[in-house]
Amino acid sequence: MASFHSIAGFHLVTGAVVIVGSAAAMISGCAADASRTTSSESAAERARSQAAFVEIAAVLRHPRCINCHTVTDFPRQGDAGRRHAQFVLRGPDNHGVPAMRCNSCHQDSNQENGVPGAPHWALAPLSMSWEGLDDNQLAEALKDESKNGGRSLESLLDHMAHDPLVLWGWNPGGTREPVPVPHETFVRRLEEWMATGAVSPEPSP
Amino acid sequence: MTPLTVNGTTHQLDVAPDTPLLWVLREHLGLTGTKFGCGMALCGACTVHVDGEAVRSCSAPLSSVAGRKIVTIEGLAALAGRDLHPVQQAWIEEDVVQCGYCHSGQIMSAAALLAKVPKPTDADIDAAMSGNICRCGTYQRIRAGIHRAAALAAK
Amino acid sequence: MITASLRSNPAAVRSAFQLAVVPPAIVAELSRRGFLKLAGATAGLVLAFHFTGRSARAASAAASATATAGFAPNAFLRIGTDGVVTITINHSEMGQGITTALPMLIAEELDADWSRLRTEFAPVAAEYNHAFFPIQMTGGSTSTWTEFERLRTAGATARALLLQAAAAEWKVSIDGCRTEPGVVIHRDGRRLDYGALAERAARLTPPEKVTLKEPSAFRLIGKPTRRLDSLEKVTGAAQFGLDVHPAGTLVAVVARAPVFGATLEGLDPAASGKGPGVKGVVQVPSGAAVIADDFWTAKKARDALAPTLRWKMPEGAPVDTTAQAARFRELAREPGVPAENTGDAAAALRGAAKVVEADYAVPYLAHAPMEPLNATVTFDGTRAEVWTGTQFQTMDRAAVANVLGIAPEQVELRTTLLGGGFGRRATPSSDWVVEAAHVAKAARAAGLRAPVKTMWTREDDLAGGYYRPMFHHRLAGGLDAQGRVVAWQQTIVGQSFLAGTPFAEMIKDGVDETSVEGAAHSVYAVPARRVELHTPTLPVPTLWWRSVGHTHTALAVECFMDELAHAAGRSPLDLRRELLPADSRERRVLDLAVEKSGYERVNLPAGHAHGLAVHASFGSFVAQVAEVSLQDGWPRVHRVTAAVDCGTAVNPLTITAQVEGSVVFALSALLYGEITLVEGRVQQQNFHNYEVVRMHEAPVVDVHIIARGDQMGGIGETGVPPTFAAVLNALFAVTGKRIRSLPLTRAKFA
Repeated sequence: MASFHSIAGFHLVTGAVVIVGSAAAMISGCAADASRTTSSESAAERARSQAAFVEIAAVLRHPRCINCHTVTDFPRQGDAGRRHAQFVLRGPDNHGVPAMRCNSCHQDSNQENGVPGAPHWALAPLSMSWEGLDDNQLAEALKDESKNGGRSLESLLDHMAHDPLVLWGWNPGGTREPVPVPHETFVRRLEEWMATGAVSPEPSP
Repeated sequence: MTPLTVNGTTHQLDVAPDTPLLWVLREHLGLTGTKFGCGMALCGACTVHVDGEAVRSCSAPLSSVAGRKIVTIEGLAALAGRDLHPVQQAWIEEDVVQCGYCHSGQIMSAAALLAKVPKPTDADIDAAMSGNICRCGTYQRIRAGIHRAAALAAK
Repeated sequence: MITASLRSNPAAVRSAFQLAVVPPAIVAELSRRGFLKLAGATAGLVLAFHFTGRSARAASAAASATATAGFAPNAFLRIGTDGVVTITINHSEMGQGITTALPMLIAEELDADWSRLRTEFAPVAAEYNHAFFPIQMTGGSTSTWTEFERLRTAGATARALLLQAAAAEWKVSIDGCRTEPGVVIHRDGRRLDYGALAERAARLTPPEKVTLKEPSAFRLIGKPTRRLDSLEKVTGAAQFGLDVHPAGTLVAVVARAPVFGATLEGLDPAASGKGPGVKGVVQVPSGAAVIADDFWTAKKARDALAPTLRWKMPEGAPVDTTAQAARFRELAREPGVPAENTGDAAAALRGAAKVVEADYAVPYLAHAPMEPLNATVTFDGTRAEVWTGTQFQTMDRAAVANVLGIAPEQVELRTTLLGGGFGRRATPSSDWVVEAAHVAKAARAAGLRAPVKTMWTREDDLAGGYYRPMFHHRLAGGLDAQGRVVAWQQTIVGQSFLAGTPFAEMIKDGVDETSVEGAAHSVYAVPARRVELHTPTLPVPTLWWRSVGHTHTALAVECFMDELAHAAGRSPLDLRRELLPADSRERRVLDLAVEKSGYERVNLPAGHAHGLAVHASFGSFVAQVAEVSLQDGWPRVHRVTAAVDCGTAVNPLTITAQVEGSVVFALSALLYGEITLVEGRVQQQNFHNYEVVRMHEAPVVDVHIIARGDQMGGIGETGVPPTFAAVLNALFAVTGKRIRSLPLTRAKFA
């Protein structure tokens, strides 16, 4: 069941929501023209929204992202998502434990010796863990302000588009594979998803 | 010129800013207590304190620590205001070292732990110290040393 | 190390250095001509210690000429007029604690004040040669037991002279004098500090004979004694080879061959990576050395240069360790050179009620001491000074001299503390020191006038060869109807690292003792045992690695013993007890380890199991019981209970520490250790893919020492061999599956 902010002041209780208007108008929170549409157009837009999210999910689940969006009390490493070496732990503030803080080893940028780095290097809080979530749960978690760090869709998009730690996924240094989907594509998919109602894919059966 | 305060003394360093702090300390400041074991933050032999936090100096370029307060093993006792930091004293009492090469880093990590967790549990010790490799295998003595240091510091 | 064969089979030793071996005696004699002789109680062979050919008298005469120097009756100690005793240590400190144990020997007999002691490492000189080898070296877990008589005698001689000096000073009979630590006391109450007596003692002639203390009179030996080198090591003051940095030192980092045996085709002067701080790039036999003002500059320039270099590949197919292991397995099925042939093993196998067969395989292992290799060489054209942490002083000095075209006496080699050795710092070819000498020579030829410190990175170290060789064991054991072991056949396949070195003479009748030690002529009284050896020649350089052949023979023998017990439906403990002589030291440590661990007696938590192993090496005897479980599908070793008999415990703290550390060292190899090669290239670069045990995986190790005065053995390596099988046997008890190939990262756990 999709849920989102009532931006245009117009929604259908059936759970299929259609907003017609520019994505920019939607996310700016301004009232947008909402024209009535046919249900097949609504269904199509819903499907496009969900399809956009599937591509977004592929990025989120890539090791460069999900290795720090774990559900565990430790980060992961490598494309196989191995437990981080050296018994590195999340710690109560997601930044490691005394004497083994994330920034004991990780700097603000990738180092020549292969140690990856970016500003604010740390684990995402457990509320932002993505491991084990299906596409539906992932989308729901992303949109849930109680889980996503109090972010509106707009600020979520801003985070994904500009945060240096997020951007690191595309410039991981060493021999690490960057996220294969280009960042600009990822951002566009996010914008499309949000413009089409940020519809979550159907839950898994 | 890059300013760097090490063990209380501020230096103005004419050293390439990408130089890891480890080599600044060892070769430009002559402080060889901090050791080189792997060069990529895997072994902990190079651990120093930067503004009170344990940091692996082999992976911290000079530019990243410019203007900050560095404490090395040579300055640890002074930091504690004693002849020996409780960790150093405990290490001697528990006969912890063997070859000794890893122990500058072990001690700096242990001191960083105790500064935040004065009475660490064995789980705390596992979490804090598993980044420091000892090829001589002195781990159980390091653990005993940390417990002893906690007791000494509490006096 | 080598001396394993020395002890067990002295007749097998025919080295180029004309050694003779003797078991230690109780009374030492110091001859007027400066030779120290030990009279063998039973063996009748004589061990000759050589104080450079300069007599002790001459030495003390020289000392008296410079009176302020105090008193130096021999090469091992001097006493200043301030009473401080300086002990010169002729072995290398790599963590094993000889910096404390060896001074204990001298201080005991000298009755030195332990709090007024200094130590220094010996220069390279014949008087500092190993007691059993005419070279200065440290290895084979021999330092303490081989110096036990000599150093005690040195201390006793000095004490005798001090007593004489006091008696002369007071004009009394020496009978009325005794010593307390640091002072001579007359029964009438007069006292003189050793410092006050030093100059007078220096003018006296050493006695021909000194009597050593009875063990019951020991004040120091046998007491748990804290290390003398702790303070410098916990304050960062300790100087390792890497820390040596005379003024103006340049640093060299070498680009070496990507595969063993490749040679540099030439150095293009244009592609020399010149940049600020780079002083030159020179060609040396091992590759191209970039010389710069500091390490970071040199390393970056080397890393930039390395991909541009052209190498001539060696003949033959490039090494592939997977294919090689398969070939070893095949080779183990062919008859090899006999290392032992007791009874008729083949016939006994044929007649056995049950036969068990198994293959065991272990990979190449790197030593990976925490301090990467390094050496600082200063060469002015006629003389050289070398600073390095080495276990092989005489050989290194000679090798450096050879490279530089000067006499060994023109080379001063200074030994620093070693940041771990494990055997890596004892190469017959003096590999890293020779390389550093070549770099210094080439630097000088290029016009650079400065000390040159050649430094290895961790990647250089792991790719640099001199590994514990890959080995394969094929075993077949026969059981009779009562479940007794009646036949044992073992074929071993692995490289010899002695071949092609000055130690090659120790290979007898095609058998390199270090490949079969611990398997051939095993203590187990199996009536028919045949052990055979194949020694393939391969381009991967290999070397002794802490406990040498025992690293794999103890694994194979003790695991297979377990397999036989299981096949017979018998207790692994009972089977061993049956095969070990009742009064053997193996039996004693086995029983103690069993008692202390509760093996087969105590109820362990669910999912936990015990595994047992006992093995003798380097003259000492160790049994271990490991408690293991699987956690998240990975072996967790909770505790290892070790019983060790080394005969005499000079410093129980040393012994405990060495066994504790050895277990962890072995465990790293068992769980993670392997060096693999693909297309001739080493696949491991650093501790991310050459993993080792860390704090969170370290077991608790309980060490129980037996020191009943039996023949003394070593301890530096002895704790390593039993660990492999103790853990593997425990894992079998946990999982029901036998693991026969290391490391455990290759095994599949449920």
